[in-house]
Amino acid sequence: MNEAYAIPAVAVVVLATVLIGGFGLRISRTTSDFYVASRTVGPRLNAAAISGEYLSAASFLGVAGLLLVHGPDMLWYPVGYTAGYLVLLVFVAAPLRRSGAYTLPDFAEGRLESREVRRVVSMFVVGAGWLYLVPQLQGAGLTLQILTGAPRWFGGALVAAVVILAVAAGGMRSITFVQAFQYWLKLTALLVPAFFLVLAWHGDGGSPPTFPSTDLPSAGVGAGQPLATSRADHPLYATYGLIVATFLGTMGLPHVVVRFYTSPNGRAARRTTVVVLALVGVFYLLPPLYGWLGRIYAPELTAAQDADATVLLLPGRMVDGVAGDLLGALVAGGAFAAFLSTASGLTMAVAGVVSQDVLPARGVRHFRLGVLLAMAVPLGGALLVDGVPVADAVGMAFAVSASSFCPLLVLGIWWRRLTPPGALAGLFLGGGSALLAVTLTVSGAATSGWLHTLLAWPAVWSVPVGFLAMILVSLATPDAIPTHTTATMTRLHLPETLWSGSLRPPGLQGRGELRDQPYTTRTHDEAQGPTARREHK
Amino acid sequence: MSELRRQVVTGEPRTVHGAAGLPGLRTQGEIDEQTTLGAAYVRSLMRSQLRAGIAAFVVLAVPVAVLPLFFGALRNGPVEWLVLGFGCYPFLVLIAWWYVRRAERNERDFADLVRGRTPEHGPQ
Repeated sequence: MNEAYAIPAVAVVVLATVLIGGFGLRISRTTSDFYVASRTVGPRLNAAAISGEYLSAASFLGVAGLLLVHGPDMLWYPVGYTAGYLVLLVFVAAPLRRSGAYTLPDFAEGRLESREVRRVVSMFVVGAGWLYLVPQLQGAGLTLQILTGAPRWFGGALVAAVVILAVAAGGMRSITFVQAFQYWLKLTALLVPAFFLVLAWHGDGGSPPTFPSTDLPSAGVGAGQPLATSRADHPLYATYGLIVATFLGTMGLPHVVVRFYTSPNGRAARRTTVVVLALVGVFYLLPPLYGWLGRIYAPELTAAQDADATVLLLPGRMVDGVAGDLLGALVAGGAFAAFLSTASGLTMAVAGVVSQDVLPARGVRHFRLGVLLAMAVPLGGALLVDGVPVADAVGMAFAVSASSFCPLLVLGIWWRRLTPPGALAGLFLGGGSALLAVTLTVSGAATSGWLHTLLAWPAVWSVPVGFLAMILVSLATPDAIPTHTTATMTRLHLPETLWSGSLRPPGLQGRGELRDQPYTTRTHDEAQGPTARREHK
Repeated sequence: MSELRRQVVTGEPRTVHGAAGLPGLRTQGEIDEQTTLGAAYVRSLMRSQLRAGIAAFVVLAVPVAVLPLFFGALRNGPVEWLVLGFGCYPFLVLIAWWYVRRAERNERDFADLVRGRTPEHGPQ
C-alpha cells in the first residue's frame, strides 16, 4: 500500500465531510432542522442517506474478512443486513413515522404513557449505540494503521473529531447531505476497483477459489478466536443465530430509527424503505466479491489478525504499479466514508437521546453538549478495549437490539394489550439477557462448547424470551393498559390524508417543536381552544 | 390534565368522517358515538395491514428457515455463493414492492370507505 496516494484520499473524504456539513450549517436554522431536517427529506435523498449511514465498517471491511476466514456461510450477514429492512418495512416503517416521535424513547413513552419505560428504553438506546460505535472507531484505527503506519488510537480520534464537528455544527439536515454523498462514494469505492480486480482475475485464468466444507483452523484470529471456534462447533446454530439477530435487529438500531422521522409522512417512509432495500442490495453484491478474490490472492490474511484488511490490500496485490495504488487509495477513501457516516448517524441518535433525557434543557446548545458526551464514551472504550473483530462486535449490537427493541416496536404497533410492566419485563429479560450474554462472550467467560455458542449467538433464545415476557406480563396486568391506547393506535395506522388537527393522541404529543406536524394546520389547533394549547406545554 | 386530554381525543372520529372544521356539530353525545365507530374502522384497517405484513414476512421467512439446512446438506460452496451473494436481493426488493402496493391499496380502500359514508362532507 502506497501512502503517497492513500493519505490524500482519506484527507479528501474527511475534508468533503466537513465542507458538506458546513454547507448544512448555513441552512440549518431551527431546532427542528437540527433534529429531523424539518421533516422535509424526500424518499430518494433520504434513502441514499439511510443507506450511506447503514453501510458501516462491518459492511465495507468486515463482510469480506469474515468470508475469507469462514467461507460462504458468512454471506448471511449481508443478506440479513438487507432483509432486516424488509422486516422493518412490513411491520414498523409507516406506523413508526406516524407516531410522530423522534427517538425510540419518545415512541415508548407516547405509546405506553410511562416515564419508567422511557427511561429504560433510553438506557438501551444509548447502550446499543455505544456498542455499535466502538467497532467503527476501532476499524478506523486499523485502517489508518495499515495505510500509513499511524498508531491505532489516531484513526479513532480523527473520526471522532470529524463527526463531532459535522454533527454538532449542522445537526440532521447537514448529515443528511453528508450521508447521501457517502453512500455513492462507498459504492464507487468498491465498484470501480472491483471491475479492475475481476479483469485481473480473468487475466490470471479465472479459476474459482476453493471452499473447505468446514471452517479453516482458526489460527489466531485475534480476539475473534472464541467466535471462530464456536462456529466450528455448531455452525448451523450460529447461522440461525445471526439470521435472527440481523433480520429482527435492524428495526431497533438507534441510527436507523431516527432516520424514519425525517420522512414527510408514513407513505414516504414506506417508499423510502423500498429504495433503501435496492440501494443496500446493490452495495452488498460487492463485498462478497472481495471475499471471493481474497480467498485466491490473499489467503494468508486468514491467519493474521488482519482479515478485516482484505478489501484494503487486494487492489495493491492484484493490480501492479500506479493503477493499483490509485485503486487502493479509492478503497481507503471509501472505508473512511464508512466509518464517518455510520459514526455520525449513531452519534446523532445517541446525542438526541442524551440531550432529551439526560441534560436538563433542550435547544441547539445542549444538543451540541450531547454530541460530545455521545462520542466521548465510545472513544474511551475503543482506546481501552482493543481487537474485537468489527463484524462480530456489530453482530452483538444487532442481537441486543433484536431482543429488546424488536418486541417493543412490533407489539407496541400491533397489539393493543401491551402494558408498561409487560414492556419493562420484555426489555429486561430479552434485551438484558442478550446484553449479559454478549458481555460474557467478550470478557471470555466461556470459550468452548454449547455454553459458549449459546452466549455468542444469543438471538435465537433471547428474542423469544423478550416477546414472551412482554406478552405474558402484559396479559397478567390488564389494568395497566394505557388510557389512550385506542387514540394512539388510530394515529399509528391512519393514513395522514385522513388526519386533521383534532387527531392528535395526547400520548404522543409533547415538546412542541420536535413533533412538528406538517399535516395539521394552526387553525385546527386554535379551533380546539385553550385546552388543546396546554397540551403542548 | 387527563380531563383535557380526553376532550382532544374525542375530536378524532369527526376527522374520520371528514367533518373537521364544523364546530356546530360538536355535541358530546355525537362525538362519543362516533368514537366507537371510528375505532372499529381503524381496527379493520389494522387487521388488513397486519395481514399484508404477515404475508410478506412468511414469504421471506420460509425460504430463510430452510436454506441453511439445505446448504448444510448440499455442501457446495459456489451454489451457496450464487444464491446468497446474488440471487436473493432481487427477491427481497420484489417482496418489498409487493407489500408497499398492497399496503397503499389498503389505505386507499379505507379512505374511500370512510369518505363514502359521509359523502356530503367530501375529502378534506
